[in-house]
Amino acid sequence: MTRDERRMTVSRGVCALGIDVGSTTVKIVAVDAGGDLAWHFLEQADPRVEDQVARLLDRARKETSQTSEVWDVPLVATGYGRKLVRQAGRQVTEITCHARGVYRELAHGGTLVDIGGQDSKVIGISPKGDVVDFSMNDKCAAGTGRFLENTASRMGVPLDRMGQVALAASDEVSISSTCTVFAESEVISLIAHGVAVESILRGLHRSLIRRIVAMIRTVGLVPPLMLSGGVVQNQAIPRMLEQETGEKVVLPSYPQLMGAYGAALIALEMRV
Amino acid sequence: MSATGWLGYQWNVNIVGRTFLRVQRWQVEQRVGGPARWKSEYLTPPLTISPRAKELVARHWLEARYANLHRKVAWVTSGAPVELLKALDFFVIYPENHAAICGTARVAVEISSEAEDAGYSRDICSYARTDFGSMLSGKTPVGKLPKPDLLLACTNICQTVLFWYRVLARHFNVPLILIDTPFVYYDEAPEYAVQFVKRQLEEAIPTLERVAGRSLDERKLREVGRLSRMASQLWMEVMERNDHRPAPITAFDQFTQMAPIVEMRGDAATVDLYAAMLKEVDERIARGIGAVKNERKRLLWDNLPIWYRLRYLAEFLGEHGIAIVASTYTNAWGELATMIDPEQPFESMARTYTYPILNRGTGHKLATMKRMIEAYHLDGVILHSDRSCKPYSIGQMDQRDRLIRDCSVPALLLEADHNDSRCYSEEQVANRLAAFVEMLR
Repeated sequence: MTRDERRMTVSRGVCALGIDVGSTTVKIVAVDAGGDLAWHFLEQADPRVEDQVARLLDRARKETSQTSEVWDVPLVATGYGRKLVRQAGRQVTEITCHARGVYRELAHGGTLVDIGGQDSKVIGISPKGDVVDFSMNDKCAAGTGRFLENTASRMGVPLDRMGQVALAASDEVSISSTCTVFAESEVISLIAHGVAVESILRGLHRSLIRRIVAMIRTVGLVPPLMLSGGVVQNQAIPRMLEQETGEKVVLPSYPQLMGAYGAALIALEMRV
Repeated sequence: MSATGWLGYQWNVNIVGRTFLRVQRWQVEQRVGGPARWKSEYLTPPLTISPRAKELVARHWLEARYANLHRKVAWVTSGAPVELLKALDFFVIYPENHAAICGTARVAVEISSEAEDAGYSRDICSYARTDFGSMLSGKTPVGKLPKPDLLLACTNICQTVLFWYRVLARHFNVPLILIDTPFVYYDEAPEYAVQFVKRQLEEAIPTLERVAGRSLDERKLREVGRLSRMASQLWMEVMERNDHRPAPITAFDQFTQMAPIVEMRGDAATVDLYAAMLKEVDERIARGIGAVKNERKRLLWDNLPIWYRLRYLAEFLGEHGIAIVASTYTNAWGELATMIDPEQPFESMARTYTYPILNRGTGHKLATMKRMIEAYHLDGVILHSDRSCKPYSIGQMDQRDRLIRDCSVPALLLEADHNDSRCYSEEQVANRLAAFVEMLR
């Protein structure tokens, strides 16, 4: 997705905003009165969260052609940096927001896997859209986007090509370490032993997916299996998750925006 | 005991120390008594009995400081048959309680590091490491720990104590009595298991008497047993009052008020304290006062508390109208009360100390939790997966699944450690708790 594609033309009036301050990217979404996605924007996360949020809100105002002098559109913040969004009327966790966004878009319950930059979650959603159970990755980055990012950078493969390269591999090596830092050392050692980059990459994906599958088992897989989060852009992830679980993976139109979209939907309820 | 020792003890403990603690209690009472000074808008001020409880515990540690001047000292595990020691006039120290004090005072990591520097692995229970650290360095927030004349370990809480107390025995070069309580796999302990424990208790008497320098007075043993049973029953009643809505106290209050039932079981002062506490709890119920001002949801806590984050957890949950109403941990010091029979001290001690929750199967704990969910009208469960306490944490993943499936309540597994804050990830815990709270809406 290019930056231009990340924006949409605002066709209807913006009634609520949601912002997802993630560890890797910040997403902002505007919805109309009917709860449909009206505008969105995404950029890399800046360590100065407050400045970035102020800038993004300003941009949202301009790009959604807000003429009113009073910017009174309700805002809900989510993501790990949500507490730093002072402008938000409420701060809600990613669990609730992702579930809300995905349920609205796909209109059914099931098991949602959200693989983010620094944490991953498996969320059980009831047929009515309520969160009934959830599981998050342990106290380390194993099973998250950061795991792939770190190790891939060691191999000089661009992030957006990682999935493609992994899927093209004819065989895979087993990466025994689930720890992001130790896996990196393991990768260096494998490269030194002349193992093909494709095989290592595929092994890394397998390692990550198996961590996710273990989390799915904790919650209990109730089909359909849905996927959200930035890592979904890596095409090997849904494919290998399907292989490991034997379930077809359903994707929303904007997997990466589901947290911010859910936040905007909650903000819309505040308005009512 | 020398005359100088006796005089030193009387002066330090009964004249200077007690007066100081009384003044301190009076000062705290003025603070607790004035609601205007209470800052939390979500939580009711602590029970007015709290300063008295605090004074009782402080007095225990004050006496501990000078105990070697005056009495024989025994260090024991939390599930030890303390009645025998009390009847022989031992001053009893619970290293686990001391470690918990270090945890709440947030010095446990510093003290544990002393043990780690000496080679004890971080995989060992953080209570044991705190104890070793304190033993090696002398560091403690209670002033000074008295040296033990005797050690008594009972395996009904875990197997770590077996090795922990051997380390203490080697360091202090004092006798160690080990009471091995066979694990109760099914609903009832086989009779031979109870008799096996009873025989060990009886066989311990000569060593206990030799160290104590006196004979066991069976009349005194019955009296201690009677006080022990009364205190445990009162403690249980205090906890059972939480079946009222709103709950008059939370499990966090229970965590801070449980020290006397653990370390002063068998003392008359402990009975008086819990009788007064029960009275105040009943007054709260009569006036409709809940510990969480706007009680919306009621939860169960499984496993030991996270001592260094008690206040944060109480305030965070209180802010969202959530009261932790019951806990399997505090329940453990009340649920066996009726087993204590002062007229049959050895037989009943053997039975009581074989049946603690940690000496029984994971299925028993699950059944206990299900019963508590029903009895206390609970809406969910938080299971603290405690890195240090393996016997308590094993089976929690399955227990969580069964509670969700069989009781239709949400359940959260929270990874932490009861004393080692290095095993506690602030943001991850906060995120999980926040998501769980949102789920409970």
